[in-house]
Amino acid sequence: MIAGVLATTLAWASSAAANPEPWQLNLTRGVTPTSEEVYQLHMLAFWVCVVIGVVVFGAMIVAMVRFRRSKGAIAETWSHNTKLEVVWTVVPVLILIGLAWPATHVLMHMADTSHSELTVKVSGYQWKWRYDYVEYQGKTVDKVGFISKLAADSDRTRQLDSGLDPWDVKQNGYPDYLLNVDKPLVLPTGVKIRFVVTGEDVIHSWWVPTLGFKTDAIPGIVNDAWATIEKPGIYRGQCAELCGQDHGFMPIVVKAVSPAEFEQWLAAQEDATRLDRAARTAQADTTTAQPRG
Amino acid sequence: MAQQGAYYVPHGSKWPIIGSVGLFTTMFGAAHWVNDSYRIGKPVFFAGIAVLLFMLFGWFRSVIQESLAGHYNRQVDVSFRMGMMWFIFSEVMFFAAFFGALFYARSLSVPWLGGEGHGVLTHHYLWDDFSATWPSNGPANVGGAFQTMSPWGIPLLNTLLLLSSGITITIAHHALKAGHRSRLLVFLGLTVLLGAVFLGFQVHEYREAYEHFNLTLNSGIYGSTFFMLTGFHGLHVTLGTIMLIVIWLRCARGHFDKTNHFGFEAVAWYWHFVDVVWVGLFLFVYVL
Amino acid sequence: MSNAAAIHHDEHHDTPKGFFNRWVCSTNHKDIGTMYLVFSLTMFFIGGSFAMVIRAELFEPGLQLVQPYFFNEMTTMHALVMIFGAIMPAFVGLGNWMIPMMIGAPDMALPRMNNWSFWIMPFAFALMLSSLFLPGGAPAGGWTMYPPLSIQGGDGIAYAIFAIHLMGISSIMGSINIIATILNMRAPGMDLLKMPVFVWSWLITAFLLIAVMPVLAGAVTMLLTDKYFGTSFFNAAGGGDPVMYQHIFWFFGHPEVYIMILPAFGIISEIIPTFSRKPIFGYKAMVYALACIAFLSFIVWAHHMFTVGMPLGGELFFMYATMLIAIPTGVKVFNWVTTMWRGSISFETPMLFAIAFVVLFTIGGFSGVMLAMVPADFQYQDTYFVVAHFHYVLVTGAAFAIMGAVYYWIPKWSGHMYSERLGKIHFWCSVIAVNVLFFPQHFLGLAGMPRRIPDYNVAFADFNMISSIGGFAFGASQLLFVAMIVHCVYKSRQKATSQVWDGAHGLEWTLPSPAPFHSFTVPPLIDDSKLAHGDVSH
Ligand code: HEA
Ligand code: HEA
Ligand code: CUA
Ligand SMILES: [Cu+2]
Repeated sequence: MIAGVLATTLAWASSAAANPEPWQLNLTRGVTPTSEEVYQLHMLAFWVCVVIGVVVFGAMIVAMVRFRRSKGAIAETWSHNTKLEVVWTVVPVLILIGLAWPATHVLMHMADTSHSELTVKVSGYQWKWRYDYVEYQGKTVDKVGFISKLAADSDRTRQLDSGLDPWDVKQNGYPDYLLNVDKPLVLPTGVKIRFVVTGEDVIHSWWVPTLGFKTDAIPGIVNDAWATIEKPGIYRGQCAELCGQDHGFMPIVVKAVSPAEFEQWLAAQEDATRLDRAARTAQADTTTAQPRG
Repeated sequence: MAQQGAYYVPHGSKWPIIGSVGLFTTMFGAAHWVNDSYRIGKPVFFAGIAVLLFMLFGWFRSVIQESLAGHYNRQVDVSFRMGMMWFIFSEVMFFAAFFGALFYARSLSVPWLGGEGHGVLTHHYLWDDFSATWPSNGPANVGGAFQTMSPWGIPLLNTLLLLSSGITITIAHHALKAGHRSRLLVFLGLTVLLGAVFLGFQVHEYREAYEHFNLTLNSGIYGSTFFMLTGFHGLHVTLGTIMLIVIWLRCARGHFDKTNHFGFEAVAWYWHFVDVVWVGLFLFVYVL
Repeated sequence: MSNAAAIHHDEHHDTPKGFFNRWVCSTNHKDIGTMYLVFSLTMFFIGGSFAMVIRAELFEPGLQLVQPYFFNEMTTMHALVMIFGAIMPAFVGLGNWMIPMMIGAPDMALPRMNNWSFWIMPFAFALMLSSLFLPGGAPAGGWTMYPPLSIQGGDGIAYAIFAIHLMGISSIMGSINIIATILNMRAPGMDLLKMPVFVWSWLITAFLLIAVMPVLAGAVTMLLTDKYFGTSFFNAAGGGDPVMYQHIFWFFGHPEVYIMILPAFGIISEIIPTFSRKPIFGYKAMVYALACIAFLSFIVWAHHMFTVGMPLGGELFFMYATMLIAIPTGVKVFNWVTTMWRGSISFETPMLFAIAFVVLFTIGGFSGVMLAMVPADFQYQDTYFVVAHFHYVLVTGAAFAIMGAVYYWIPKWSGHMYSERLGKIHFWCSVIAVNVLFFPQHFLGLAGMPRRIPDYNVAFADFNMISSIGGFAFGASQLLFVAMIVHCVYKSRQKATSQVWDGAHGLEWTLPSPAPFHSFTVPPLIDDSKLAHGDVSH
């Protein structure tokens, strides 16, 4: 069995997809430096396990073939061998050190959120996400934030006995059933982005596999994590902590664009907020004016 | 001791099943009660308690009879001792959970909310006007401002009471071993008395807390840990006192002799355990 | 310590008459053991039926059968029933049956309490399962019951919490009994380091249980007061912390998972030497490894919480500590393999299950070590990769060991041989189906499918369908298990010898089959060369 997995995994490791693919066997490779490191770590651990598995199971198979009573095998009576026992205590220790060492490095790299150029606040709600752009290139962003929730077509299809076919939910060719939102989170490429994550009602968890990390969104607590997205694209994820009935229906979509494009977009958003604010104050004036008239 | 060296395996007993029914009824009632369907919850709960008391009474009666009939040899006695010791260990672990909560809140969660070390972001984004102190009812000032009990009043008194009760019960034990029946009864009675007084003060303290200090179960993490720890301890003191009373009666009836009086020792152990827990409480809940 | 253990009895020495007297009032370790085992099998089927609902809903994308909330109820109940109702009572039942026979005792140390420990369980589960029929429905926050979600739900949570209290009481009393039995009831000459490994595994497991069940009781009590009495243990606004619950829960939860595997290790350590006709390799190492695993299990709990945002130091500590567990566990695996080496192996059903255990548990362990690496766990956490991991260790680990144990000892219990043919069919159906069921879940997890969701993107469709088919097949296979038991107990005409297996050693095999109502009314003589693991002196 191991061998089978091994072969197929090899085939897939090379062509690991950015978003879940049918018959995908292996971890998503990702589009950030850390996600690549995590992927390498994962493969290292996988191969270590395969090798140990081959040795251990191999020995068992040999024993089962050679020392079966039906073949007239006579049982020995020994039951100790200190040398052996020392060996197979020490060797695993070394193997584990070999795994823990790189793991420690990657972890420390991932934990260092300093020198980020963009800060986005992510808040989990039952059952949607809110994104607020806090600061970009050292300047605080003027109130840009929005709610992002499951796309309407998916939402219609996922109702019990909706009679609609999940396979029909597509967006330019990609079947995005339950993996699409009304308003994606727009992010710049090549910029170190810091996510500050919190929950508003219960615990959620913000996870986009291609960004290579997962952070719990806990009410009353703020966690942070970072990512530098290397190539533009649409990256999809899901809430990864049980948060009630619609836990399965609060996806995450990141739209990574070039910094220039991102800046345009952000500016547009800021203007929108200003206009909106102006409109509202005007509204307020007229309403207060009315009674006198 | 009729048949020395024979391990006593009791034949069928109906008390366990009665106990199970009692437990079930109690819990079933409690579940309804907390979901405030009082009308059945409360009565069912107390019905269950009644069944449990009945069971305890009957079960212990048969055990006592067997013991007096001399069915138990040393080995059986050892089984009982192990049973009691491990039961007390499980109690220790139960309190450990609540002490753990207290330590976690005091040394981690509250400071973090106040922005120390790991909590910088939490503080900055959510609770930037909260400064960590202990006692605390959290950034949202849950339950409103409150005062805490001074350790040097009733709590100190209670500490002295329990500690001395530990001494009196030891004296009683020695008296039992020496066969001084009257001294045994006096000092055991004294222990009961001290326990009762402790409980009285505890009740008084709770009333104080609620009426004058606005320190309630809802006073944030401090109120929660304070009342859950002292409350569960108080519950154990109550049980211990009842057990002491039973043992006093058994002594008066002359159930115990110099050499075998495990019932007495078991209760003594339990009492010392309750004692030690209180010392921990006094230090970590009141003084520090 | 146990000077003598001849048995004294008031009246009857034979089996009491009448259902109520024999079973409800029982003080007999065998009858109580039997009740535990029957109860556990029932719960396995109930919990399994919930699992079938889960697998049926996940058969294909889109919601076909149940509402999401009910799906979560199923997930939660499935886990609680399987863990507390199926696996743990099964081990207690086996312990009840075998420990006194293995150490040469007349019965358990505290027979009446033994009865109470069992009879609490049916009531506890009546209470918990009744919540399924409440207006609010059963708890739906996952078996881990994380606040604030878990206290957001309906009335059900209170029932589950009180039920958990009952189970806790039951487990603690059961464990106290087992410890007292092992430490106080051994026949003269049965030194601690001559006990069968199964007895050792239970001694250590019982200690774990007494240490952590009260902590679970504390955790759920805090949930209760947070929901109903306005405390703020898990509420940051009040100075508490939702993460604090997770720490307390997993301080129980991780030892709990070893509680579900150590007795399995013990069972495998009995079966493999018997069918290899060779003393177990490195007996002392096996015992020390058990103790070592038990110790480590107390300092690794936060590996379930790598994504909650612990300080870096904490993450590193728990990663290293967790990885260490691979070492003593490895020692066990290697010793089993070496026990088979140069033996004279035959493949009766118990041995087949034991071999499957060693292979499949190890695979589960491997995924465990992968999960232990924090950065990788950021990707695996809360995906089906985790689900695959723990079903490999729990189903092909714990459950397979239990099945193996039943095949191994049922002749001793019933006095009849089971049908080897039926047994082998059951084994092969199970072992194939279970891998079809759980292996693809590794792929699903890696591809990014979260756990605890009732519906998923079409990319996950293929493997979910395969997994579901495997699930139905595995479930159906378990009907063969029941058939085997029924046949063996009621139909089988093939009498079992007291030895049963030619390779078997140990006191339990010196008793006739079926074992007499009272195990050892006179303490047996211990012959070191007859001990299951051979003579440890050299
Ligand atoms: C019987 C139960 C059982 C057992 C025995 C284990 C064993 C292990 N588990 Fe498992 N685990 C669970 C039950 C169990 N687990 C459950 C139920 C959950 C999910 C809970 C929930 O969230 O609902 C879980 C989740 C879980 C997580 C959290 C995943 C997540 O939610 O993100 C982690 C992370 O570290 C983990 C690790 C391990 C490790 C390292 C072992 C080790 O003990 C494994 C050791 C064994 C081996 C390694 C194989 C044999 C060894 C060798 C052949 C030697 C050589 C090997 C090497 C050097 C690698 N487990
Ligand atoms: C403790 C042991 C244990 C056992 C034995 C099992 C056994 C099984 N589990 Fe278990 N499972 C858990 C412990 C266990 N599980 C835990 C702890 C969780 C986590 C819960 C959480 O997230 O909170 C979980 C979660 C879990 C999930 C993830 C749910 C989710 O994330 O939403 C799934 C999905 O496939 C699953 C499937 C199964 C299946 C198919 C079996 C099968 O092995 C069951 C086979 C048995 C039967 C089917 C019953 C016997 C047969 C019949 C009743 C006859 C009728 C059936 C047919 C004819 C088909 N389990
Ligand atoms: Cu939000 Cu799960
Ligand atoms: Cu664990």
